[in-house]
Amino acid sequence: MRHYQIPAVELLGPGHLACPGCGAAVGMRLALKALGKKTILVIPACCWSIVPGAFPHSAIDVPIYNTAFETGGAAAAGIVAALDILGDEETTVVTWAGDGGTFDIGIQSLSGAAERNDNFIYICNDNEAYMNTGIQRSSATPYLAWTTTTPAGNPKERPKKNMLEIMADHRIPYVASVTIAYPEDMIRKIRKAKSIYGTKFIHLLSPCPPGWRIPSEKVVHVSRLAVRARVFPLLEIEDGERYTVNVHPDAIPVREYLKAQGRFSHLTEEQIDEIQSNVDREWRRLLKRTQFSSAVFDVARR
Amino acid sequence: MKKVITGNEAVAYGVALSRVQMIAAYPITPQTTIVEELSQMCADGRLKARFIKVESEHSAMASVLASCTAGARSFTATSSHGLALMHEMLHWAAGARLPVVMVNVNRAMGPPWNIWNDQTDSLSQRDTGWIQLYCENNQEVVDTIPQAYRIAETVRLPVMVVLDAFVLSHTAEATEIPEAERIDEFLPPFHGRFTLTGRQHQSFNPIATPDYYMEFRHKMQEAMDQAKEVVRDADERYERLVGRGYGMIEKYNWDGADTVLVTSGAVTGTSRFVTDELCREGPPVGLLKMKMFRPFPVEQIREVLGGVPKVAVLDRGLSFGHSGFFAGEIRSALCREKERPEIFGFVTGLGGRDVTPGMIREMIRYTREKDRPEGDIIWVGLKR
Ligand SMILES: Cc1ncc(C[n+]2csc(CCOP(=O)(O)OP(=O)(O)O)c2C)c(N)n1
Ligand code: SF4
Repeated sequence: MRHYQIPAVELLGPGHLACPGCGAAVGMRLALKALGKKTILVIPACCWSIVPGAFPHSAIDVPIYNTAFETGGAAAAGIVAALDILGDEETTVVTWAGDGGTFDIGIQSLSGAAERNDNFIYICNDNEAYMNTGIQRSSATPYLAWTTTTPAGNPKERPKKNMLEIMADHRIPYVASVTIAYPEDMIRKIRKAKSIYGTKFIHLLSPCPPGWRIPSEKVVHVSRLAVRARVFPLLEIEDGERYTVNVHPDAIPVREYLKAQGRFSHLTEEQIDEIQSNVDREWRRLLKRTQFSSAVFDVARR
Repeated sequence: MKKVITGNEAVAYGVALSRVQMIAAYPITPQTTIVEELSQMCADGRLKARFIKVESEHSAMASVLASCTAGARSFTATSSHGLALMHEMLHWAAGARLPVVMVNVNRAMGPPWNIWNDQTDSLSQRDTGWIQLYCENNQEVVDTIPQAYRIAETVRLPVMVVLDAFVLSHTAEATEIPEAERIDEFLPPFHGRFTLTGRQHQSFNPIATPDYYMEFRHKMQEAMDQAKEVVRDADERYERLVGRGYGMIEKYNWDGADTVLVTSGAVTGTSRFVTDELCREGPPVGLLKMKMFRPFPVEQIREVLGGVPKVAVLDRGLSFGHSGFFAGEIRSALCREKERPEIFGFVTGLGGRDVTPGMIREMIRYTREKDRPEGDIIWVGLKR
């Protein structure tokens, strides 16, 4: 087992506008530590369009290019092309987009950039709904979850899109999932992404206290439950085919993860059982893809 | 150097002469051969630029704006549905004060599908904050693109250079390609005043509260006002260096005219021919070519049309429920004048229907014979 120190550098300053306990704020803080100062951030419309602060302020100590909701991939591609012709080989271009801006409206420009293998890191900050506009469902919202457009009594009826696999199937060099509950793993993966040429996709699970109906102090706890319950496996996929599962989950019941969140409080026992069997099936599917025997587990069972 | 080239090739020459550094574009008829020609130029090294072959026009404009913010001179071209798809990003371009240049090849909007020419696509983008320049022929296209960059980079507003589908885009004409050194003298290398690679810790296009937003918009309007002087200056400098100038508007066959015909784009060429004939036959008919649509040259229009008794406006685009675009703009420019001409607003040539010399004569005859027009729109060439 290798340990990674979390860099001391702070590129997210105080005074930002995230809600108390926002998982996406912790995620951004960790991501910037891994990325360092020679970074240009591209932010399509999402909570993070607001969080750095309104004109003329910014709580982030790197340049930010705010762009339209569906343009995370295209805007990054444009900056990369410009840096290339201007001879800047040092700066890392990083898109930070929500799940809506990634799974839904932005998938076209992201897919276009990935197909061209444009050289940037795309971090999808997945809080499993449109939070900036007030907790509406996205295609990243889990099966049967409550949102304001999938209210209790009419919860989401379809499973979450598997964005990691969709991106890996573009045959881009690097795709990985991360959470703030495993910060060393997250920092290592972002640094690795930085060292690789081409399109890199990082899927970051970011619990959102108001959206998930959890207390502010439980964000890291719930992030960890998501991994342990195998709802959100931590893995890497290189060149679309080399799978590594980084954390071997101890497979706590999914119930423990669901019960920690108000957005699942309407679930019946049968529905929880159904979700458990869906999670089990997805896990078996993942193991098949990793060809279980050859899968590498970086981090000990926890 | 004189070459026989199409309008779309003229665009590519204009782009290469402007030493554009980044291009992102998506094909759509009748603009496609611009994309092809520029790809070829980048491939064989005639143009040292990065070309992103994006997956849509929306992304083309998004990429171009981002690269311009990073400090590269950037270009795209589109037409019709592509332009409509970009609409959101046109507001971003102007609001972010980015000096990008785009060519739009005028094509009608569907449905029904129609690949032929009319001006509704570009004119209906008039409120996005883009400067719009319309070209009469391929020569004007080559000459207008470097001018567009100079204007854009001076006032920090995006510029749309517009030409007609097929009539210009696919029609070859003898065209003088300016010497690269002349254009280099005219258009210095691009240095963005604020760029992503400049000072660290800047946020571009952040949210601005009601405390600030209006001031951003006020500055945009000031830039639009300033643009008129900058366009004139760019044109005069260009003329001194290259020998050709166009103006924001052009008066032609004006002496002693009782009636003036207003045109824009390629139909101006046909109209020159018709007014030449009419001047030989009887009382002269003046021709007013509108090169610039935004900012609208209100003062110039007042000055030249104020005393004219009758004006016939030839529109190849329509703001539904109102009138032809140019007729509407000219009416509003003149409404406070004491001596206002009677404005006759003709709508014709939609979806590529030919505008023939006979139809232009008909418009002028109508304008001369009637005291006032029957309605704000007079349809010409309509089958009923
Ligand atoms: C074209 C367009 N449609 C809708 C919106 C409104 N809008 C802004 S942010 C947002 C939701 C963002 O959700 P997500 O991407 O999941 O990010 P989060 O807010 O959760 O961080 C929406 C719908 C917009 N800005 N642009
Ligand atoms: S709504 Fe959720 S994701 Fe957005 S700032 Fe608040 S806690 Fe963070």
